[in-house]
Amino acid sequence: MSDTLSKIEKRTAYILLLPAVFLVFSIILFPIFANVWISFKEVGLKDIRIPEPRAKKIVKSVKESPDKIKIIYKLRNSSLILDIRDVKFLDKIPKNTEPLNLDQRCQIKSLIINCNFGDWKAKYKENFQIILVNNSGKKIDKKEIKSIKPKLSGKSDNILLNTNFTLKNFKKVFFQNEFFDLLSTTFYYTFFGTVGSIVFGILAAQLVNQKFFGRTFMRSILLFPYVGPVVALAYTWELLLDPYSGTLNNLLLNFQVIQEPLNLLGQKYLTINFFGFDLKLRLALTTVIIFEIWRYFPLAFLFILARLQAVPKELYDAADVDGAGPLQKFISITLPQIMAVISILFMIRFIWNFNKFEDIFLLTGGASGTRTLPINVYEQGFTISDIGMGSAVSIVIVLLLLIFMFIYFRLLGRRADEN
Amino acid sequence: MKIKSLILYCLISSIFLFSLVSIWKVLSTLQGIDLENFNFAIILTLGIGISLINLIVGDKFHKAIKSIIFAILFTFVDGYLVQLMPIWYNIGIFGILIFYSFKIDKYNQKNLDLDHSSQTVVFEFLTLFGIVLFSFVILFPFYMMIVTSFKTQAALLINPLDFSINFAQDIKELFKSYFVIFDTYKFGRYILISTFVSVGTVIITLIFAIPAAYAVARLNFFGKNFLSTSILIIYMFPAIVLVIPLYTVFSQLGLRNNVGGLLIVYTATTLPVAIYMLQGYFKSIPKELEEAAIMDKLNWFGIIIKIILPLSIPAISSVALYVFMIAWNEFLFSLMFLDNPNSFTLSRAIQYLSGDAETPRQYLMAGSVVVTIPVLFIFVYFEKYLVSGLTAGSVKG
Repeated sequence: MSDTLSKIEKRTAYILLLPAVFLVFSIILFPIFANVWISFKEVGLKDIRIPEPRAKKIVKSVKESPDKIKIIYKLRNSSLILDIRDVKFLDKIPKNTEPLNLDQRCQIKSLIINCNFGDWKAKYKENFQIILVNNSGKKIDKKEIKSIKPKLSGKSDNILLNTNFTLKNFKKVFFQNEFFDLLSTTFYYTFFGTVGSIVFGILAAQLVNQKFFGRTFMRSILLFPYVGPVVALAYTWELLLDPYSGTLNNLLLNFQVIQEPLNLLGQKYLTINFFGFDLKLRLALTTVIIFEIWRYFPLAFLFILARLQAVPKELYDAADVDGAGPLQKFISITLPQIMAVISILFMIRFIWNFNKFEDIFLLTGGASGTRTLPINVYEQGFTISDIGMGSAVSIVIVLLLLIFMFIYFRLLGRRADEN
Repeated sequence: MKIKSLILYCLISSIFLFSLVSIWKVLSTLQGIDLENFNFAIILTLGIGISLINLIVGDKFHKAIKSIIFAILFTFVDGYLVQLMPIWYNIGIFGILIFYSFKIDKYNQKNLDLDHSSQTVVFEFLTLFGIVLFSFVILFPFYMMIVTSFKTQAALLINPLDFSINFAQDIKELFKSYFVIFDTYKFGRYILISTFVSVGTVIITLIFAIPAAYAVARLNFFGKNFLSTSILIIYMFPAIVLVIPLYTVFSQLGLRNNVGGLLIVYTATTLPVAIYMLQGYFKSIPKELEEAAIMDKLNWFGIIIKIILPLSIPAISSVALYVFMIAWNEFLFSLMFLDNPNSFTLSRAIQYLSGDAETPRQYLMAGSVVVTIPVLFIFVYFEKYLVSGLTAGSVKG
């Protein structure tokens, strides 16, 4: 009895899970594996269009014989690169008509013209012609013929499906793509973005964890940058930071903080004279990181606040009795209590910042030293139109990601053991 | 009274005052006042003076009287001796001083004598400072977005610092950018598409996720542990590594430029987190309720509809709101999949607008306001649900 019950349970579970698992598998897991396949191929953006045989039908009346009509099919291979094999053609003709001197490649059977055009080379073009005659000598309706569309079919190689593989993409990724520059920019962006958002998250959580007028209102406001659409916020920042007509630069100039406008998103390096030393700051990258911190500290804030509110009040009361000051309380009570959350947050944010695409893409498009790995995927695939290269860079990202995830889950596992 | 505490109190309170006044000056500059100096030295001296007097006077006067006297004094010195300013500017300064005096009122000679008084002073003023600064830094871009959408390109180029909106003008002139983006750039259509896609994603995600989450939470089957960990792992894979294969496959299947294709992708990317959030909640529902239902010969469909759903409305709402937010804000896939202006979502439409260098920026900002308002409105209105959704789902973003 219980055996059949557990069987029913299992079956139910699989039925319930099937739709979700199928969808996730086909849209998320399949592409990750497909990336591996594509990354070993030389594929451009233009190659992924499947070649199609096409025909444009033109109907013309024949002079001095109203019972005849000429149909011209402009045939062509849609692809400039690939051949089509075994092209088949199908078209219907109206009742009481028949073709005159039909092309040898074609046959007619119960008002259907069936042609076998064989193989078409790339760029193939032909004007194919049929003359129709009405059996009873009546005028043929041109509109009726025009309304019928011919059907064509053919076989072609799909460049994605053949088994020609190459290591070219990976060679290019590692040796021609300024790979280490890319990697260091990505790490710089990820690390400082993550640390910054956590630091500001802690500060904000500390603020909101105290009682003051308008506290709930403040909590809502703090989440605005995270909730708002990235497109709107990035463009607003772009206008704000514009060197000539942007508000920030004009304010700073107005209050004489700076003497010349700063191109915060378009300048790669800013040289700062610091006690006689010339320091080179990566200006655009720093700006992008600040945007990143601005947009994502709310998340850290939310996490840390939830943890702070769970810290038992007695701990602080005991500390008061012992005569600890605010700083001491923060260091020896608050920090240890939120340390676990912080380390998990750090890993999660690190992984996500590592993959951040939209923010940089919208702010700088990857120019002025802000090209990270995700930006490079887009650039290779869609700006340079090399799908294979784009995939190869994606593979690098996935591999690094797997390493991070391994560390992350090890960390989680260790925490679980400790508790 | 400790000297260290006294010095810290004077310095940090006057720096706080300086930052408040400076923010007010920045905002006033944006309303067209010609200010070119923060007058750091003067404000700081005044601040230190006021904090010292506050200490000396102590509780001898009522704090309201004290505050008003301080405010009048400061406004008079700053507004009439240092620089001549319009009356509304001085009213603002007056307000700031009232606020400031109320804040420093609780410090007296006794107070500064306590243990850790210097730390307490620093902490309290840093908190105040943080609240003001955080609000300013966060709200300023939103403020700019709204103001810019009500201005004209010419006005913006002549004086980028002029944020004043002329409310006296004709309403059609005032909302011109909004009329233009709805008439010329078909934003009405994009709002409909974005709404359709987001609501559609929410509905399909819930239809797929609720049964799956129920199975993970309640039923025993082979591979259950594997499945629940892989949900999290899959969730961590970013959109950017899916883009190229999806682009190629969708091009070949003719699913690009198709809102349906976008719906499939959005659903698939939000499903893992939806399942993860829901199963956590389902597990917290007492099992006895379902056992009773099994006695009544309800099948799983009945159990989900009659027992699980009514009990998990809060969790389902937060998942729904979170998924809605993700779908509404999504940009990368809409950039990849939509080339045809007839099927743009709002985010894609704004990006398309900005691609044309000729597009006046007020139109861009009007579009940004249009895409931001609904999501912020939903957030503020349903904050309770969304915050729990954000916390649970915030591994992503």
